[in-house]
Amino acid sequence: MKRIAILLVIVMFLSACKNSKSDNKSENENTKPVSLTAAGATFPLPFYNMAFETYTKNTEILLTYGGIGSGGGIRSLKDKVVDFGATDAFLNQKEEAELTAPIVHIPTCIGAVVIAYNLTGVEGLKLSNQNLIDIFMGKITKWNDAQLKATNPGLKLPDMNISVVHRSDGSGTTYIFSDYMSKINANWEQSVGRGKSLQWPVGMGAKGNPGVAGTIQQTVGAIGYIGSEFAFAQKIAFAQIENSAGKYIAPSLESISASAQGEIPSDTKVMLTNSSDPNAYPISGFTWLILYKDQNYGGRSKAQAEETVKFLSWIIEKEAQTMAQQVNYAALPEKAVETAKEILKTVVYNGEPLIKK
Amino acid sequence: MLNGEKITKTILFLASLSIILIASGMVLSLMEGTIPAFNKFGLKFITSTDWNPTEGKESYGALPFIVGTVVTSVIAIIICLPLAFSTSLFIGEIYRGKKIASFIGTMVDMLAGIPSIVYGLWGFYVLRPWIVEMGFNDQGYGVFTAGLILAIMVIPYATSISVEMIKMVQNDLKEAAYSLGATRKDVVFNVILPNARSGIFTSYILAFGRALGETMAVTMLIGNSNIIPKSLFDTGNTMASLIANQFGEADGLKLSSLVAIALLLFVITGLINGLGKMLIKKI
Repeated sequence: MKRIAILLVIVMFLSACKNSKSDNKSENENTKPVSLTAAGATFPLPFYNMAFETYTKNTEILLTYGGIGSGGGIRSLKDKVVDFGATDAFLNQKEEAELTAPIVHIPTCIGAVVIAYNLTGVEGLKLSNQNLIDIFMGKITKWNDAQLKATNPGLKLPDMNISVVHRSDGSGTTYIFSDYMSKINANWEQSVGRGKSLQWPVGMGAKGNPGVAGTIQQTVGAIGYIGSEFAFAQKIAFAQIENSAGKYIAPSLESISASAQGEIPSDTKVMLTNSSDPNAYPISGFTWLILYKDQNYGGRSKAQAEETVKFLSWIIEKEAQTMAQQVNYAALPEKAVETAKEILKTVVYNGEPLIKK
Repeated sequence: MLNGEKITKTILFLASLSIILIASGMVLSLMEGTIPAFNKFGLKFITSTDWNPTEGKESYGALPFIVGTVVTSVIAIIICLPLAFSTSLFIGEIYRGKKIASFIGTMVDMLAGIPSIVYGLWGFYVLRPWIVEMGFNDQGYGVFTAGLILAIMVIPYATSISVEMIKMVQNDLKEAAYSLGATRKDVVFNVILPNARSGIFTSYILAFGRALGETMAVTMLIGNSNIIPKSLFDTGNTMASLIANQFGEADGLKLSSLVAIALLLFVITGLINGLGKMLIKKI
C-alpha cells in the first residue's frame, strides 16, 4: 500500500512539472523579451563576448554566443538552430548552395594572424615571404640558416632547430594564414593549399590559439601563427612580415586596418590578405556574421527577426567598433560599414525589408 | 494488484535494457556516420597515411593514428609492467596487512582517480621540460612523452586489479608451500604467480584498453602531427586525440572519416576488453 502511495505521489509530481512547464511557455511568448542565439568562430570571441554582454545589458535582449568554431557556426545556421552564425572564412558558392536559402555576410571587425616565436634575446625578427614559406614547408630547419641571417643582418640568430607549431583543430586563423601563404607562393598553393585545417608538411599541432601560444612560450626555438588579438593581449614576441610592397611591417591596429583600405565588393566577401597598401600588415582578414536573407524560417517570430537585424546594425557602428579596438581588433573602415548597412537593408521577413528606408 | 517484487523486477529489467539500447544505438549511429567515408575510401581508409582536409584534394586515412595509438599504448604498458607488478606484489603479498601496504594501496587508488587533464597539465609543465633537458628532442612533445604519461595513468589500474588477484590466491596453498620449506621467493614464483597469472595478465589488458582510449593528456603531449612517427621521440597523433582536435570544424567527408575512426577505436577497445573478460573467466 505504501509503495502505491509513493508511486502515486511521484506520478502526480511529474505531471505537475509538465503542466507548469507548458504554462510558462505560453506566458513567455507574450511577455518575455526576445532572446537571440548565435554560434561560430572563436577568432573574434573576446570581441563578441564583450559586445554581446554590453548589448544585453543595454537592451535586455538576451544574447548568447557559442564559440564552437567557424565550421560549427555554419553547420548551426544550416540546421537553423541559431539566429545567426559567425565565420572567419566567407562561404564559397558551393557552401552557400548547400544551405536551403540565400544568406548574407556582415563583416564585424578585422583581425590578423601574427607569426609568434620564442628565441631568447632575439627581438624584432623579420621574415621575408620566402623565409616564411621555407620555414613552414620545412626547408629552413635551423634558426641560423643563411637565408634568415640575410633577412636579419643585425640579429644574432642561434644554432638551434626550428620547431614549427600549427593548429591541430580546424580554424579560421589557419584559413587566413594559409590563404596568405597560397597568395605569395604557387608551390604552397599547389602542395598545401588553403583551408581551415591542412596537411602540414612539418611541425606539430596544438589546440586553439591558447594551445599554440602556450607551446611557443614553453618551447625555445618555436615558431607558429596565432590570432593577433591573442598575441597582443598576451604580449608574445612576433615577427615583422614582408608585405606586397616589400616593406617589413609589424602587426598593429593601424597596420591591420590599413589592409582594408582597398575596394570592398558589395557582398563584402573578400580576403584581405596580401593587401596592396604599402603600410598594411599582410596577414589580415575580416570576420563575418552570417544570417538568412529571409528571416522567416523555422517558426521565428517577426520580433526575433527585427531584433537580429537591429543587433547587427549596432555591432558595425561606432560604439561596438570601439569595443573591438579595446580587445585588439581593428575597426571596420567606413566603406565596409556602409556596404554592410546596404546588405542589412536587403534582409527581409516575408518579403518585407526589416529596415525601413 | 501491483506487487513490490514485480515492480522492482520491471525497473531493473528496464534499466538493463536501456544499457543494451544505448550501446547498440551508439554502434548503429557510428556505423551510419561512417558510410560516406567507407564508400569513398573503402578498406584503403585503414591503410592510407593521408590526412588531407584541403578542399578539392580531400583524402583521409587512419593508419597514422592507429600506429600512434598502438605505439603510445605499448610504450605505456612496457613502462607500466615492472612498476605495477612490483607494487602489486608489495601490497598484495610481501607487506600484506601492514600499514605501509595499505598506505601505498590508498595512494594507488588516489592516482586512479585523478582526472586526465591534471596528468596532461603536469606532463606539459613538468615532464616535457625534462624530455627537452635530457636532449631527446627539441620540443619535448612526441609519442614517447605521451606513452610515459599514459604509463603513469594506467599503473594504478593494473596495480589494483593485480593486487586483488594476488590476494585471491588461497592461503592453504601458500602455507602448504612454506611448510614444505619453500622460501618466500619460491612461494611468489611457484605458488602465487601460477595461480594469479591470468588475472594479472588481464589487469594489463584492461590497462592497455584504457591507454588506447585516453584522450586529453595525450593530446597535450603527443604533438598532434598527422603523420606516422619516424622515431620514439617524433611527434604523432592518436585516434582519440585526433577526434578531440578536429570534430569542431569538421563536416561532410571529414566528419564521416572522424566517425569512422571513432568506430575503429570502439571496435579495438571492445576487442581488447573482450579478451580481458575471456581471460578473467579462465581463473
